[in-house]
Amino acid sequence: MSLAVARTPGGAALARRAWDGFVRRREASVLVVAIGLVIYFQAASPLFLTGDNLRNIAQATAPTAIVAVGIVFLLVSGEIDISVGMVAALAPYLMHYAIDFYRVPAVPAILLALAIAAGVGLVNGLITTRLRVPSFVTTLGMFYLLYGVLLTTSKAYPVAVPEPVKGSLQTWLGAGDWASLSWCLLVVAVFHIVLTRTRWGLHTISVGGNPLGATEAGIRVNRVKVGNFMLVSVLGAVAGLMEAFRINSIDPNIGGGTRITFTAIAAAVIGGTALAGGSGTVVGALLGMFVLAMLQNGFNLIGVSANPFFLIQGIAILVSMIANQYLSRLRRTGRS
Amino acid sequence: MAALVVEGVAKRFGALTALEDVNLHVDRGEVLGLLGDNGAGKSTLVKIICGFHRPDRGRILVDGVPVALRGVDHARSLGIDTVYQDLALVNELSVYHNMFLNRERRLGPLLHNRLMRRLAEEHLRDMGVDIPDVTVEAAKLSGGQRQAVAVARSVYSDARILLLDEPLAAMGAKEATIILDLVADLKARGDVAIVIIAHNYAQALQVCDRVNILQQGRITFDRPAAETSVTELTDLMVPSHRDRRRLA
Repeated sequence: MSLAVARTPGGAALARRAWDGFVRRREASVLVVAIGLVIYFQAASPLFLTGDNLRNIAQATAPTAIVAVGIVFLLVSGEIDISVGMVAALAPYLMHYAIDFYRVPAVPAILLALAIAAGVGLVNGLITTRLRVPSFVTTLGMFYLLYGVLLTTSKAYPVAVPEPVKGSLQTWLGAGDWASLSWCLLVVAVFHIVLTRTRWGLHTISVGGNPLGATEAGIRVNRVKVGNFMLVSVLGAVAGLMEAFRINSIDPNIGGGTRITFTAIAAAVIGGTALAGGSGTVVGALLGMFVLAMLQNGFNLIGVSANPFFLIQGIAILVSMIANQYLSRLRRTGRS
Repeated sequence: MAALVVEGVAKRFGALTALEDVNLHVDRGEVLGLLGDNGAGKSTLVKIICGFHRPDRGRILVDGVPVALRGVDHARSLGIDTVYQDLALVNELSVYHNMFLNRERRLGPLLHNRLMRRLAEEHLRDMGVDIPDVTVEAAKLSGGQRQAVAVARSVYSDARILLLDEPLAAMGAKEATIILDLVADLKARGDVAIVIIAHNYAQALQVCDRVNILQQGRITFDRPAAETSVTELTDLMVPSHRDRRRLA
């Protein structure tokens, strides 16, 4: 009898702690939104949760979510990169040039494209940290520079995926039904651990949260930032290559321009990453990207024109930013 | 042999001369109090000894060996550790991550969070600091708690030369006692050389073996704490203030 009485408040306290822990997680609100959208769209259209449609959503999510992972790291360290979409557009061309013009074998050509992307990130990082140009401006310049390189070298024509990469390589790296989502989930899992459980992640948070303090603690702030610029560029190239393999063509307008970049930043922000640096979540960015992809897909399914989609996306960004500000104020005063 | 010797160090920031010609020394097991007006260059001197700034002239000797400090990391590897005036805590990180910042314990490639959490709890308990939960973000700590965490971080780092820049600034009476007791314990251990920058002369005389005064970028006074007094120190400091007022 007394045991049962004692257990009841214990159970309630446990449930309460679990609830508190859930609410305190930055991913909580976007997870609730994602689940809500699934329920709503499934109710509105029975096609929503079919295998074919889920594949559509997965394919719309994966490449941009991979870019968003890099964006989260960069935002957490207090910087931003708006040139990453252009790296994504350029990377498949670099592979195509290497294979078709210089007879480089397929795998080294892909690695070469990733290495050049890393070089772009290195330049972005060095200009930002050594020459103290704000990263928004650095990467704005890099965006136009790469756009020029892309249009000049490709003459703005799309090309076919080079023969040597066709076959199992192309299937594994993006053309397979669930290939892009599998890579995306792998990248998210690995970098979630990197951000939360490794020295690099801890230093990335420190550099964004308190740059002077991080320097005083002996952390090489510039090195961490440059590393994250390189990370986002390489992930951008991965996303661009994956898209080229999936649609089986290399197109200067795919991924290119600002769309991948802005959607990735939107996903990161909706997922709970603050632009001011010091906090962010990789899993949240994935959920944020799912939400954006589901909105676009669901509107199509239930026959709403795609045009109001951007209206919803805009509102989603504003609402999540306002909620973030409010939540971080709560956290600071210790009431969360 | 002195654990730390500073010889003829000068530092300018643009047109501003922060340090003219600084000479000082500290032995193991000795606590040196560094006093001086605001803007006398105390924090600049600390930031040169800990590798944050590079001096324009002069040199630093650790255990008699001249060292050219390349950065904070380098200084730390030589056993020089610092509690900065701004504390250098990252609000977004937990207390125990802050305590092991850039000195993380790892298990393979991953952070060994369980070990760091346990050590942080032990260190803070040994110090007598009351922080119920070391997993809370540093943002949630009070001013005194923050200071205690920053001091604990340096004290338990196996530092052989410890620099404390205004360690008592945000402290209540009880918390200040905790820090002063800790310094006394370290002194008793005999293997750590300690430099404390202080504002409060009484506290400085209580804990320090020797007192130096930094004025206009030079050390103008160097005497054992036992041979001076709050009155003498005040008399030394106040005229310089009056002089400057007269000139202005």
